[in-house]
Amino acid sequence: MALSVVVQLSSLVAEPDGLLPARQQMALSLGWHIVLACLGVAFPAMIIVMHLRGILREDPVALGLAQRWAKVSAVLFAIGAVSGTVLSFEMGLLWPGLMGRFGDVLGLPFAFEGLSFFVEAIFLGIYLYGWGRMPPKRHVLMAVPMAFAGIVGTFCVISVNAWMNAPTGFRIVDGQVVDVDPWRAMFNDLVLPQFAHMWIAAYMVVGFAVSGVYAVGMLRGRRDAHHRLGFTVPFAFATVAALVQPFVGHLLGEDLADRQPAKLAAFELAGTTESPSPLRIGGFWVDGEVRGAIDIPYLGSLIARGSLTEPVPGLDTIPAQNHPPVNITHWAFQTMVGIGLLLMLAVVVFWVGRWRGRDLLEHVWFLRFCAAAGPLAVVALEAGWVATEVGRQPWIVYDVMRTAEAAADRGGLWWLLGTSLVVYAGMTIGAVVVLRSMTRRWRAGEVDLPSPYGPQARLADRGAGKEEQR
Amino acid sequence: MNAETAVAAALFTGVVAYAVLGGADFSSGFFDLIAGGTRRGAPVRTLIDHSIGPVWEANHVWLIFVLVTWWTGFPRSFAAAMTTLFVPLLLALLGIVLRGASFAFRKFAATLAQARLFGAVFATSSVLTPFFLGTVAGGIASGRVPAGGGGDPWSSWLNPTSLFGGLIAVGTCAFLAGTFLTADAERGGHEQLTVALRRRSLVVGVVTGAVVFTALIPITRDAPTLSDGLTGRAAPLVVVSALAGLATLALLARHRYSFARFTAVAAVAAVVSAHEEQRNEIHR
Repeated sequence: MALSVVVQLSSLVAEPDGLLPARQQMALSLGWHIVLACLGVAFPAMIIVMHLRGILREDPVALGLAQRWAKVSAVLFAIGAVSGTVLSFEMGLLWPGLMGRFGDVLGLPFAFEGLSFFVEAIFLGIYLYGWGRMPPKRHVLMAVPMAFAGIVGTFCVISVNAWMNAPTGFRIVDGQVVDVDPWRAMFNDLVLPQFAHMWIAAYMVVGFAVSGVYAVGMLRGRRDAHHRLGFTVPFAFATVAALVQPFVGHLLGEDLADRQPAKLAAFELAGTTESPSPLRIGGFWVDGEVRGAIDIPYLGSLIARGSLTEPVPGLDTIPAQNHPPVNITHWAFQTMVGIGLLLMLAVVVFWVGRWRGRDLLEHVWFLRFCAAAGPLAVVALEAGWVATEVGRQPWIVYDVMRTAEAAADRGGLWWLLGTSLVVYAGMTIGAVVVLRSMTRRWRAGEVDLPSPYGPQARLADRGAGKEEQR
Repeated sequence: MNAETAVAAALFTGVVAYAVLGGADFSSGFFDLIAGGTRRGAPVRTLIDHSIGPVWEANHVWLIFVLVTWWTGFPRSFAAAMTTLFVPLLLALLGIVLRGASFAFRKFAATLAQARLFGAVFATSSVLTPFFLGTVAGGIASGRVPAGGGGDPWSSWLNPTSLFGGLIAVGTCAFLAGTFLTADAERGGHEQLTVALRRRSLVVGVVTGAVVFTALIPITRDAPTLSDGLTGRAAPLVVVSALAGLATLALLARHRYSFARFTAVAAVAAVVSAHEEQRNEIHR
């Protein structure tokens, strides 16, 4: 008892001032950026498909959609680019302990990510500029490197996160990091399944979000070819992604019991080792006990261990100072899984209905669900990141470096967090205002959306506004 | 050449590339800021939209490249700089964020009122970011980042060398951007605009030159190692930068804008190189 108090006290003393605000800051900026990153990864592919359809079938509706999506992605890509730059700063500003010690281990994927960002930005610029200025087929080709670079970039960033979960490519001798092999660190054991999980998640988020926009339009009675096509293409992408995702996610978690038993125990809310382990839905971890959960026997062992008897190792097998925050991890994990399964069910229902000759797009409740599917997919995405990140605590590099050791010993970070909240809120409002004004002008029949400083727009504004006279 | 020198050379290339390419990009915002009222400034702002639209955020890749190379090659010096100079770095970061976002927002803004709001944010943050990055460079060059990190969060960048470093960064980049914009305006056949931008660029060039010379006095006192280096090892680069700067002014004055772009790049590259050369010397 006395010993555990000492341990707790010492861990409190060792915790630098910068730890909690740094974690919140990282959560805010990552959580915000990841949504835009999804757009950078998955939207180009949808634009290419739409654009190709427009060219091959000479379909003006498809061409119009591709052009609008490209403009929308320009706005979102700009704020995604800056929030990505924020992250590369924050790695050093918030986690000097991590970068000072492992910077050379982690440099390679970051360098490639920078490079792929460069390619992505350049080709998006060319693609946007190319409308009406390039032969159509060459023009659509310009979007291909953009889509490819988005995928490479995701792989690189995920490889860093996978390394934090399964560190490799170095040795520690007498407290020194030696034998650094950056390629091994980049291509660590976890990177492939984790990348696949995130890559597919990006298609779910963007597919459901974009099709949801057109579902709202249909709810408001705009049922033209434009809305139908705008719904169908992203929904098809989302369908494939939603069907594959649960299996990929399962693959990723398959050897979690050996790799990160504390994370698995928190996911499954396993207080003690039970054989067979139940699947525990809901519930809370209070004072070392599970309260209020619904248990489904056998299912825990079956899903987590692929066996009817093999148990999920309980939290009691792991020293308390190595426990992650159990409730957050458990709820985040189950939120992700729950929404993922719901979305999978929804796409199955839609396509089975369609196969049997029933168009669910005629039904208001289905359209409402589709409108909600985008935000739901975003919630699942965020919950998944919370589950894996919080579930890795108290480690920043699993079993090698504690998060507290990586943080800066510095006050004032709460101010930084407050400022960031304001700035991110401002950017969100700015993006919403601008995107809404774009859709409004498109609906009013404008095509080019000239800059307000441009010659045509100034003439138009002169009649309407007083500002010109100043 | 050992691996460390190679990484240092890569880092050095990245800093120069960011200063030249990113600098020209950023400081277009300076001309946006002084473009005047909505109507008077419209041609300049439209030109800026056209000039930086295609390159856009791409030049940030140099900054990311510098950060990544730095923390990969010299993790401890990176951590030292990050724990000491976090205030100006965060302010520069804020500038990058606001600038990138509001530039895109302005491009698609629906009304003039919106465009003016986003434009003001874009232009102001475009000027502030190079300033803060300049103070960071000044803080490092004047030896205010202790090797173990955790230096004074304020005096490390609120000092003569840093403040002049910030001003020089804004000035040189604005001169560069002005030269590019003038050349763009001429190529686009906007005669009046060319004349106006040429005049402004000349003024910026002369003022920047004056600031650089004024800065020599406080820097000699404040950062003796830096000034020793600038008059010693790096002296040829200082001379090159001065000559290239003068040549740019002369070419601008004689309406040779396309040529002026090259000398302007040379001038900025030489200034940054001289500075970097010296910084490497200090760190050795």
